[in-house]
Amino acid sequence: MARMTMIQAIRSAMENAMERDDNVVVFGEDVGFFGGVFRCTQGLQEKFGPQRCFDSPINESGIVGAAVGMAAYGLRPCVEIQFADYVYPGYDQIASEASRIRYRSRNDFTVPMVVRMPSGGGIFGGQTHSQSPEALFAHISGIKTVIPSNPYDAKGMLIASIEDDDPVMFLEPKRLYNGPFDGHHDRPVTPWSKHELGEVPDAHYTVPLGKAAVRREGADVTILAYGTMVYVAEAAVKETGIDAEIIDLRTILPLDMETIEASVAKTGRCVIVHEATKTCGFGAELMAVVMEGCFYHLQAPVIRVTGYDTPYPHAHEWEYFPGPKRVGDALRKVMEAA
Amino acid sequence: MSPDKLNGGDKALSLYVPEPEFRPGDTPNFSDVPIPKAGAAPRPDIDVEAGDVRDLAYTIIRVLNRDGKAVGPWAGLLSDDQLKVGLEDMLRVRAFDARMLMAQRQGKTSFYMQALGEEAIACAFQKALQPGDMNFPTYRQQGLLLSTDYPVVDMMNQIYSNAADPLLGRQLPILYSSKENGFFTVSGNLATQFIQGVGWAMASAIKGDTKIAASWIGDGSTAESDFHSALVFASTYRAPVVMNIVNNQWAISTFQGIARGKAATFASRGLGFGIPALRVDGNDYLAVYAVSKWAVDRARAGHGPTLIEHVTYRVGGHSTSDDPSVYRPKEESSAWPLGDPIERLKNHLIANGVWSQAQHVQARERIEIDIAEAQKLAEKNGTLHDGPHSTPASMFDDVYKEMPLHLRRQRQEAGV
Repeated sequence: MARMTMIQAIRSAMENAMERDDNVVVFGEDVGFFGGVFRCTQGLQEKFGPQRCFDSPINESGIVGAAVGMAAYGLRPCVEIQFADYVYPGYDQIASEASRIRYRSRNDFTVPMVVRMPSGGGIFGGQTHSQSPEALFAHISGIKTVIPSNPYDAKGMLIASIEDDDPVMFLEPKRLYNGPFDGHHDRPVTPWSKHELGEVPDAHYTVPLGKAAVRREGADVTILAYGTMVYVAEAAVKETGIDAEIIDLRTILPLDMETIEASVAKTGRCVIVHEATKTCGFGAELMAVVMEGCFYHLQAPVIRVTGYDTPYPHAHEWEYFPGPKRVGDALRKVMEAA
Repeated sequence: MSPDKLNGGDKALSLYVPEPEFRPGDTPNFSDVPIPKAGAAPRPDIDVEAGDVRDLAYTIIRVLNRDGKAVGPWAGLLSDDQLKVGLEDMLRVRAFDARMLMAQRQGKTSFYMQALGEEAIACAFQKALQPGDMNFPTYRQQGLLLSTDYPVVDMMNQIYSNAADPLLGRQLPILYSSKENGFFTVSGNLATQFIQGVGWAMASAIKGDTKIAASWIGDGSTAESDFHSALVFASTYRAPVVMNIVNNQWAISTFQGIARGKAATFASRGLGFGIPALRVDGNDYLAVYAVSKWAVDRARAGHGPTLIEHVTYRVGGHSTSDDPSVYRPKEESSAWPLGDPIERLKNHLIANGVWSQAQHVQARERIEIDIAEAQKLAEKNGTLHDGPHSTPASMFDDVYKEMPLHLRRQRQEAGV
């Protein structure tokens, strides 16, 4: 057992997976010799050689398209898109190809592929290094979309994703790489070394996909969150004193509907928090799930706290970011309703 | 500023939009299309550098001359018996297409695409591959499957989306899949398979295997960015892949000039990536085989990718959904200078003294009967509109390896 940052945990996951299975290969922009702009692949080329971990051309449709072909061959490619904001040239290969090859060929061909990408804001990345495109993946049937919130889950879920026989989009909230950022940008962040979920086994293990985690049990309101927003929610709960149940979804597709339904049935209230834009964001789907499954348990309208429907502004990062104050206001509002 | 002051005071700019030379009502005349003499193009060693064979990207490699003789350095690779098999493969594709086109017209399925006039390309290419190699085809390479032992009746079952459809009625007609026969599941989105084939080939190299991949694309879809992606990946990693462009002159109603203007050949695009590029007479079975074999051998020997432009003409419509007489002269296909691939191979075998017109008619009739019998068998399993089909519940299967909760719930709601 060691203390790891999320970066170290992700690297450890790939290292374990590559040790166990020769079919696991890693490539993407700057991931080889240099080890990735966020250092997630550092040392992998040195350890496994350039045929298992290598730099790719700056061509996301090529990265994903080549990975689809490799996966169809029988490899398990785990590719990096340098920022989630750059995934769109590869989106056709994800939405039209990777997601449907098992179905359209009736299992003749399959695509066991992982596409890793750092997502979310909070690092002054402006509108091209801050996006949270998870809803664009969750809308596509045939792929899974995973968003871990801590080093332990990041490692266990990345290994599970690599070992999964279907394509997985693996979004890494980059503001969490070095610590559980709670939205208080004016305060120092506790490093993962001081957080219990920074405790990560060196050895291989998996955390199952499609299972949410209850981060805090509570009686009065359910908060549905994932990624960075888990810690923003924790801060808001602490600051308001409201007895909220915080659910870290971890995988948004397949969604752990049963955990959501059980919690909202218990609390009768629900606040949904994500950093992505609001309209047709994943919160809209979560709200629909709650309405379809829990309507008669609800004591108040469900509230969404999200990024605004604008590009991520560079100078106004903290006005845009849905921080603990906005989440706290939503909690109070949902509790005030009759 | 007034328009006459723009551009240094000369004149206002105007956008050049290429137009095909001939539209309905025109008399097509292709006498200005240069058709090099058969046998004229040199045959380089397979480890050649792209820059040393630059000319092969601009000429047309041809083997069969006007007298039906095989001439030049690309000739002599196939025995008469192998050529007879090739001829029968092409006849099978043509008979299959004719039957399935008719079936669509009779309302037995929704859609069909024939390969009329371009049968030599897929049929000859397939013979250059080995078991284990993988094609990443477009929708017009039925000849790849029909040149293997893949059951004709299963192709028809797929076209009819009937109860015996190997793909359970999930795919549009002709988007077959057969890993066993080296035929990657056909998409329908254009060009996506071009880079996937490169990835598959890279995987073979990573694993230290001996298998190679063949990617396929049309003239029109070379304009897609996945074409560029495929070339840059294939070039960078020297992937063991043969990259085929079937230039049949037409992308639905859009002539090939919209994908390149008259600026250069499609093959020449490989040169900028250092990929040897060969332009071949796609209606010459012997030339297609020879060039394909060269490229396949090159890939398998570890010398990297080859780009092949197969020059041909799409004699039929794009699909059953368009009428080509609306956008091009009806006479254009017969005016096209490269002739009919079946006629040309037939004439060659006759010139060799190993085939006759009577044998040809006999073979064609036998193949047509085989196809008609297969069709009867397939129709016993149903047709698109009359059924039967796979069970509706099967539409929820294979989205994922294991069905997640939301799909189980939806299947339950659907009551299937």
